[in-house]
Amino acid sequence: MAIWLTENSKIIVQGMTGSEGSKHTRRMLKAGAKVVGGVNARKAGQTMDFDGTVLPVFGTVAEAMRETGADVSVVFVPPKFAKDAVKEAIDAEIGLCVVITEGIPVHDTTEFWAYNVAKGNKTRIIGPNCPGIASPGASNAGIIPADITTPGPIGLVSKSGTLTYQLMYELRDVGFSTCVGIGGDPVIGTTHIDALEAFQADPDTKAIVMIGEIGGDAEERAAAYIEQHITKPVVAYVAGFTAPEGKTMGHAGAIVSGSSGTAQAKKEALEKVGVRVGKTPSETARLMREIIKSL
Amino acid sequence: MDLFEHQAKELFAEYGIPVPRGKVAHTAEEACAAAAELTGRVVVKAQVKTGGRGKAGGVKLAEDADDAYRKATEILGMDIKGHTVHKVLIEEASAIAEEYYFSFLLDRANRTFLAICSASGGMDIEEVAHATPEKVAKIPINPLTGVDRARAREIARAGGLPEKAIEGAAEIIEKLWAVFVDEDATLVEVNPLILSADGQVRALDGKVTLDDNASFRQPDHEKYVDAATTDPLEARAKEKGLNYVKLDGTVGVIGNGAGLVMSTLDVVAYAGEQYGGQRPANFLDIGGGASAEVMANGLEIVLSDPDVKSVFVNVFGGITACDAVANGIVSAFKLLEERGESVKHPLVVRLDGNNAALGRKILQDAALPRVELVDTMDEAAKRAAELAAVGA
Repeated sequence: MAIWLTENSKIIVQGMTGSEGSKHTRRMLKAGAKVVGGVNARKAGQTMDFDGTVLPVFGTVAEAMRETGADVSVVFVPPKFAKDAVKEAIDAEIGLCVVITEGIPVHDTTEFWAYNVAKGNKTRIIGPNCPGIASPGASNAGIIPADITTPGPIGLVSKSGTLTYQLMYELRDVGFSTCVGIGGDPVIGTTHIDALEAFQADPDTKAIVMIGEIGGDAEERAAAYIEQHITKPVVAYVAGFTAPEGKTMGHAGAIVSGSSGTAQAKKEALEKVGVRVGKTPSETARLMREIIKSL
Repeated sequence: MDLFEHQAKELFAEYGIPVPRGKVAHTAEEACAAAAELTGRVVVKAQVKTGGRGKAGGVKLAEDADDAYRKATEILGMDIKGHTVHKVLIEEASAIAEEYYFSFLLDRANRTFLAICSASGGMDIEEVAHATPEKVAKIPINPLTGVDRARAREIARAGGLPEKAIEGAAEIIEKLWAVFVDEDATLVEVNPLILSADGQVRALDGKVTLDDNASFRQPDHEKYVDAATTDPLEARAKEKGLNYVKLDGTVGVIGNGAGLVMSTLDVVAYAGEQYGGQRPANFLDIGGGASAEVMANGLEIVLSDPDVKSVFVNVFGGITACDAVANGIVSAFKLLEERGESVKHPLVVRLDGNNAALGRKILQDAALPRVELVDTMDEAAKRAAELAAVGA
């Protein structure tokens, strides 16, 4: 078992015909994911060959779902067209929409989120600006390298891509149920709290790693949620202790602008509710190893 | 990207929002001439992209042009929270009857927009919000429906603005919403929004933050890029498409992925505590690909920072496996050699992830001068800090 993405998930790729889309479609297939088609209105009716797997290109998400039974969409379309692509997925009421695209204006993200809410919240949106979601050994939707870890009892939720990979790799002998990269943008569809709730409910997840970054107060809110609702052990890591105030460090979300939102404030909030916070990624992995041993 | 006050006000004026007349001055002479042109009392306002400017003495009233010269002399060159004042805004003094607060901003927690409005505006708004939160109205704005005049009136009333100010404030709020949406802003703030002695509502200050992600549809925003306060190394890095931020330490840092690089800065700072407080010299994210050319450009930027004494290359091989990254480093050294740049500081390289062993072997076989391989991130940071301390 895993959360949100299982071996039965049928994936379509919006933007499969583009260079990033086709590169990662090939990788997802290689990782064992059931990718069943792509969407591009201008190339509808064509097919694409991925090392022998021939996938159809559909004109719309709705058509692709009708023809293939797809329940997951991964979005690689460029920032300019991403809002319309996501709204199309929402209109089609697909269950999960993973938005990999980096650099979407925040007004567009806020708009498609409001659109999703107005339509009754039928689509779980992950991202944007995220590496996607991987359930090792079962499926992979996005750009997370599949071969750096193994299936196991840890659930992972993270704002950062490469830090996710680092922890997946360090704990590859223990393994993961699902790893969710929620993205570093200021507005994102799925939050730390959403993932914590799902991991709590997932019988195969025994412990949770949460990776945060400076900026916003998502980690503080997650801490409050953990105190109320999470009984499984949680280990956390927060990046950005040395980031200077007011400077953007790559992620739009990683901006410190005042006293709240600092790594120190996040660490304190998490420790206050009993979450063990690692000083470095390696120490975080060590803490998780201790917890797994004691279970 | 944050705008200076005078840029925000110029933008407001384009949208028909009433602002005081004013002019930017870079010298005391220019300030004097601007004040003479405006006639009467003027306000001399430091143009810095930080708050708390009034409390720091960066805003002064001047009686006439000569006084404006003196006040500008005092303010120009002043340091406000690490920002040097390079220019001042000379503005006609307003007869203020009341001061309000207004802003539109992004509400991350609720994934929507927020209007904040209060009749208790001015320098102490943060204290007001803290001590008497009921005096500060926070109203969620649905991005799909936005703000029309009727909604704007509701917001002004919710903020507790008096009836005499409602119509004027509502007109400004509606126009500020247009600025917020049409300009792809993530913050539009007016503090204070004033009611003047003659009953007019006006924007006496302006803070605007624009979304850099929207630059593809906001070509005009390029004019706001501030060359004067951009670090020269940051400017050069930007030309090469690198995500680089200059910091104040001695250990140059290159890595892939924003989160991993941020984490690397922390790990270097911890390790540096044992070596006389060595700290990271920069943030540099070369992205997931880590090609030879990008690596060469990154090394060139980091090594041209005179403060750098050692460099820590911290790469996790995911999609781009470590052998490709190692080949990138080897080629980067060749490229630098061809460009006539020598690698004059020690390099500590940590490769982890896919094909890490192969990547390390490639680097060992290449026997690059002054390159050391260390297996773990923590140990590598320690070694880089140690080398920086020796070199310092």
